[in-house]
Amino acid sequence: MIQIGLILLAALFFPGIILRTKSIVSGRRGPGILQPLKDIGVLFRKGSVISQTTSWIFQAAPVIGLAAIMTSLLVIPFANFKALLPFEADFVFFAYLMAIGKFFMIIGALDTGSSFEGMGANREALFSMLVEPAFLILMGTFAMLTGYTSFSAIFSAFHMDGNPYAFIYGLISFYLLVQIAMIENSRMPVDDPKTHLELTMIHEVMILDYSGFDKALIHLATYVKFAVYGSLICSSLVPAGWNTALQAGLFFIIQMVFAIIIGLAESFRGRNKMFRNSQFILTLSAIALLAFVVVLILTQKLIN
Amino acid sequence: MISQFFFIFIAALLVFFIPSRWKGAYTALILTSGILITSIPAIRILATAGALVPAGEWLFSGALPAISIDRLAGFFILIINLTSLTSIFYALGYLRPYSPRINPMRFSIHYFSYFWLWASMILLTVIRDGYAFLVVWEFMTLSSFLLVVFEGDERKTLKTGINYLIQMHIGLLFLMVGFLITGDQAGRTGFDSLSVYFGNHDNLPVFILFFIGFGIKAGFIPIHTWLPQAHPAAPSHVSGLMSGVMIKMGIFGILRVLSAVQSDLLTIGLIILGISLVSGVIGVMMAIVQHDLKRLLAYHSIENIGIIGIGIGLGVIGLAVGNPVMQVLGFTGGLLHVLNHSLFKSVLFFSAGSVYTSTHTRNIESFGGLIKRMPYTAILFLIGSLAICGLPPFNGFISEYLIFSGLFKSLAGLNLYMSIVILSGIIGLALIGGLALFCFTKAFGMVFLGEPRSEAAAKAHEVRPVMLIPQLLSVAAILLIGLAPVLFVRPVMGIAGEVFNFQVPEEISSPVLSNLGSISIIAGIFIALAAGLWVIRKAVTRNRQITMGPTWGCGFTAGDERQQYTASSFADNFAMLANPLLRIKKESDGIEETELFPRQRKFKTHSVDVIKRYLYDIPSDWFLSVLKKIAVMQTGQIQHYILYAFVFMILVFVLTFFNLI
Repeated sequence: MIQIGLILLAALFFPGIILRTKSIVSGRRGPGILQPLKDIGVLFRKGSVISQTTSWIFQAAPVIGLAAIMTSLLVIPFANFKALLPFEADFVFFAYLMAIGKFFMIIGALDTGSSFEGMGANREALFSMLVEPAFLILMGTFAMLTGYTSFSAIFSAFHMDGNPYAFIYGLISFYLLVQIAMIENSRMPVDDPKTHLELTMIHEVMILDYSGFDKALIHLATYVKFAVYGSLICSSLVPAGWNTALQAGLFFIIQMVFAIIIGLAESFRGRNKMFRNSQFILTLSAIALLAFVVVLILTQKLIN
Repeated sequence: MISQFFFIFIAALLVFFIPSRWKGAYTALILTSGILITSIPAIRILATAGALVPAGEWLFSGALPAISIDRLAGFFILIINLTSLTSIFYALGYLRPYSPRINPMRFSIHYFSYFWLWASMILLTVIRDGYAFLVVWEFMTLSSFLLVVFEGDERKTLKTGINYLIQMHIGLLFLMVGFLITGDQAGRTGFDSLSVYFGNHDNLPVFILFFIGFGIKAGFIPIHTWLPQAHPAAPSHVSGLMSGVMIKMGIFGILRVLSAVQSDLLTIGLIILGISLVSGVIGVMMAIVQHDLKRLLAYHSIENIGIIGIGIGLGVIGLAVGNPVMQVLGFTGGLLHVLNHSLFKSVLFFSAGSVYTSTHTRNIESFGGLIKRMPYTAILFLIGSLAICGLPPFNGFISEYLIFSGLFKSLAGLNLYMSIVILSGIIGLALIGGLALFCFTKAFGMVFLGEPRSEAAAKAHEVRPVMLIPQLLSVAAILLIGLAPVLFVRPVMGIAGEVFNFQVPEEISSPVLSNLGSISIIAGIFIALAAGLWVIRKAVTRNRQITMGPTWGCGFTAGDERQQYTASSFADNFAMLANPLLRIKKESDGIEETELFPRQRKFKTHSVDVIKRYLYDIPSDWFLSVLKKIAVMQTGQIQHYILYAFVFMILVFVLTFFNLI
């Protein structure tokens, strides 16, 4: 239970930290750290406008999206606490849970019949398809390195084997997970959440027609998703054997650093040209493959 | 079993003498009784271990082919029966609009061939004798050919059917050669003599013969070319049956042969895995760019055959390297996917058929908004789509999960070479999953969501319950497997063990079953969470003001259905990425500079099956053109032919003179 509490707690502050970073970097005073939460509160209380074209799919999509991401918390471990329901190859389940959320968000967007939303849906479908191999190669490499196949077992064994090279792989996986999380959450450099032109958006344009309660659910899902990836990043960096209190501290620091990285990336980086995105994402798979080769060497399969 | 079976054959013949409007119901009745009779021994064999061998007099003169049911046969009989059952009842509704137009004789032939397709598939699972197997295999081909050309008035349909027939006979030839080679001294051949042959000969060449023969039926790339043509041409209940079950007979044959193979296992496993990966990835890539809804589904059959093949390939590699985890999970995943695919693919084909019935088109670009006009069909198609994408909590996830976990769990203990093979399997399967999601968001979104893109779609209406209810049976099975996988995986594991002659060790099976137990718990939690959120949403928004308005159009509200994203535009960015492999052709006429008021114009895209084009079309065109040049000699004048004979004789004379021949 503790990991779910921690992740949800981190999720509450995550968007605020991104916003603060961006406003500090650009020299503004900016809103307080809790502003996104207040915004959500407002959305929850609001009524909504629903397109006549839509069907129940449109209304079910945010609910299923949030349910999927909340369900994924059940397989995420923290420190030496195992996940609530760990099982072998649970990261496959995790990946497919993310996919079911996406499936519904995509058809939810198509439900409006808007060409803008069709465009966003299509991009989301393409990019999430391209990023899937990167994630599974990454986890496959973890599995090969540790000999286990569930998040909980992998991360508790990851630093325990006394292999100093594990640190190298930890860093590579840190880089990959950050990038994957950025893509999964439609952030820079793949998508720009602050753009004002529908033609250049991905995620924002998909949810163009959502308002009120449904939109709040979508935002919540994004925040939790960030924190989930943040906690995976944390697990891949911090050895599970350390003191729990220390780890909890590190957990929040890493989540904060992760949020700051996102904020900085959004302040200093431009968004990729849309058709360069696929290249960019495929590069991640290439890096993951490279990491696989590194682990082949580490486990003395390639050079002994 | 055999005597009742014989009785049913006679009864099925009577369909020719039944009044036109009762033919369908009569066939359904006969078939249902046949399904009951054959399901009982199948269930009994699955419940108990060991092969049951009822011997009996047989139809074919002289020969007494051994007939036996093992668990693999039982498993396939149940799969065949379930889909045949849903399909025949669906057909009652689907064929009704045809009855005034089409001559009753053709109905009789259709129903009779339907019966024969079912009967031949059942027989194939139990026959062990080679010749009898080939004869029944031929029955299956012929009856399915007759089913495909049901709408044979259209030249295109007939042509497709004949193409199918020819390709199946090429496959038959390979099987025949395979059985002939493996026959024993007494001239007897079959699956029993296969293992004797494999015991003291090279395994690989003969296996490849069988793999090609059975693979054509299964639709592995590059021998898939009949499949995307025949499925759209056939009536939908037939497409569902063919795609859901008949192509699996190819898989069945491959499994039977594999169970006899004794050496060269590693090479064979790698071949199967490689071809399956190619089939899976290219199949789904081709599916994305199709405009014909049923052809899209047909390409997905190739993809799913690929997934099944990945499982089987993994299992065979496991046998070769002696890795029980790979064996158990690979074979179990592959076998379970045979069942799963038969369920969701038949639902998808049936609901595509319902859409066709009510709109009379299969072009994805001319649908839209059908979820409001055909709400039940939409839900059925949605469930089918989610299942085929391998998403939890549906059945497709379970088999893909088993294969995935087999791949991941074996990764740690293997050498360099095998690790890379396994990793390529992981990448392939991940890509297939992502591409399938891309394809089915497109298919569902374009067909059922948005505004109608054509008048036909705007006037669509829900189909009759007789077409919906059979699909419910499949959907129930889809959900049952998705939510309670343990019930199904345990027996399938036993089947895999029996076919390939290994014991499933407790330390492998029990974690798998407990994993699946966790999956059903989490799937349950997921559904409960979604339902809970939905209820909360309803309760909270009840007092809120909810306004209905037009879709946001950037301030421009006069938009109409033509401004929606189309299926082609949805697939466009992917098509651009995959263009080297897909070769999309776009044709449009550009707007001239002086054209102030653009006139109406057309835009056409179409994709080529690159493999078909470069492997079959271009070589055969080349061959034909060479033959055409040679045909200059064929003048039709008797003098010329005498001259040819004379030249030939002189040639023989000269060559003999110089001792050259």
